Amino acid sequence: MFNKNVINLFTIVLVLQIPSIVFGGDNTIDTGTTSWMLTSTALVLLMVPGLAMFYGGLVRTKNVLATMMHSFIAIAIIGVLWTVCGYSLTFGKSILGGFIGWNNDYFFLNGIDNSIINGVPEYVIAMFQGKFAIITPALISGAIAERVSFRGYIMFIVLWFLFIYSPLCHWIWAEDGWLYNMGASGVIDLAGGLVIHVSAGISALVLAILLGKRKGYPKNIMSPNNLVMTMMGAGLLWVGWFGFNAGSTVQSGLDTARALTMTQVSAASGAMTWMIIEALMFRKATALGFVSGILAGLVVITPAAGVVQPIGALALGAMSSVLCYYALVFKNKMGYDDSLDCFGIHGVGSGLGVIILCFFIRDSWMQNAALSAETWTVWDQLFVQLKGMGATIALAGVGTTIIYYLVEKTIGFRIDEEKEMIGLDYSLHGEQGYGLINS
Amino acid sequence: MKKIEAIFKPFKLDEVKEALTTVGIKGMTVSEVKGYGRQKGHKEIYRGAEYVIDFVQKIKIEIVIESDMVRTVIDAIVGSAKTGSIGDGKIFISNIEEAVRIRTGETGKKAI
Repeated sequence: MFNKNVINLFTIVLVLQIPSIVFGGDNTIDTGTTSWMLTSTALVLLMVPGLAMFYGGLVRTKNVLATMMHSFIAIAIIGVLWTVCGYSLTFGKSILGGFIGWNNDYFFLNGIDNSIINGVPEYVIAMFQGKFAIITPALISGAIAERVSFRGYIMFIVLWFLFIYSPLCHWIWAEDGWLYNMGASGVIDLAGGLVIHVSAGISALVLAILLGKRKGYPKNIMSPNNLVMTMMGAGLLWVGWFGFNAGSTVQSGLDTARALTMTQVSAASGAMTWMIIEALMFRKATALGFVSGILAGLVVITPAAGVVQPIGALALGAMSSVLCYYALVFKNKMGYDDSLDCFGIHGVGSGLGVIILCFFIRDSWMQNAALSAETWTVWDQLFVQLKGMGATIALAGVGTTIIYYLVEKTIGFRIDEEKEMIGLDYSLHGEQGYGLINS
Repeated sequence: MKKIEAIFKPFKLDEVKEALTTVGIKGMTVSEVKGYGRQKGHKEIYRGAEYVIDFVQKIKIEIVIESDMVRTVIDAIVGSAKTGSIGDGKIFISNIEEAVRIRTGETGKKAI
């Protein structure tokens, strides 16, 4: 009798356990999802050296190391800040009226040692999200290449991360963020069209204007020192972007497959379109144009990869290349020095994606959205997207202006003319990228 | 002894080397150089904008020869480097006082 009861008890416990095993409950690891999220985390980190190579190849020989360091240093500076308070500021509970988040368990990541969320150890989630925080300030460095001091840049990315990235990320991606909860299903921004590319793009434009042009621009041509490296960097970015977009679904299933597919389709479409534009305009398809098209395709699909279908991805990639191409033509007319086109490609291309994705959303998504609101149309969603865009532009624009003056008036942001002429590699870092004479 | 410096189009290097080998030249120094003359610059395209690049890629070879070889060598270079269009390059000839082979210390004709 006693034994039978014990056996029954065991059975009950086992039965109760089954759902949590199947659905990856609180204390059980979902190894499939965890494996993919670990892979995605590594892929997104790979994008940072990829970006360093992409940008590094585009500047003049004397600035190649300084430019690559702008990306690499973000891994260290933001990597530390993220551990100390970044994860808490972004994914903690809303404080200060929802302006930012905070959670004592996330402070120094000291309370998540045993935490498992939906079958994935929270460390993985924290590290995955941290990689996005790293790459975003690094993107901005493209607009200010070849003319800023190293310490000024470091002070800028610290303040930018704390006062622009963290609030914005909280608003759009934290479960209690106000943009996350706006409308039927929140603002659609899968992997950071707003949080990453529009915010970086707008800040890049503001900085390019406030810092002024490089000496000699645009009269003297600033020839890329190594387009081969730029091509390799673009390749790494494309590969890394699968982790960026498909990883942002934080699962290993249907949505992941969708996001990965749309990423590939849009990047290919963007690259092909840019090549066609150049072939028509110049009778030549340049390698730099081709990789610019890849990026245009990747940034436009970043907010949209979770909701559009292949035809939408093809259309978005193509539209992005056309718009970005003309954004660069516009830049050349206006004369501001967004040196490596952070605004022209990331800001413009991803901004386009945030808006235009509304017209390509799959039916099932709209039907689900209509369940929580009584009716939900494309125009309702467009309104939500525009509000998200407005908030992002306002925060990034105003915030970056204030931070620029703070940095410039204290430790100095723009480098002095002599150092700029000598080149940042030697004058700031005491070394040179190429040309050791006793090889 | 004379030094011949010839600057010409990069893609002509193989033909020039072949022609010089045929007339008995046994060594040369090659550099990748940039410059402009009557050709001015050429156009390059960077992200949707065409730029005129002032300094055009050229190849420079330097050879030191006995004085009686000058005519032969010049004919060989002109014959092989010429395309007939602007930017074919130039040849400069100058006197050389002395030459030394580092390995043996030999001087003059024996060193070249």
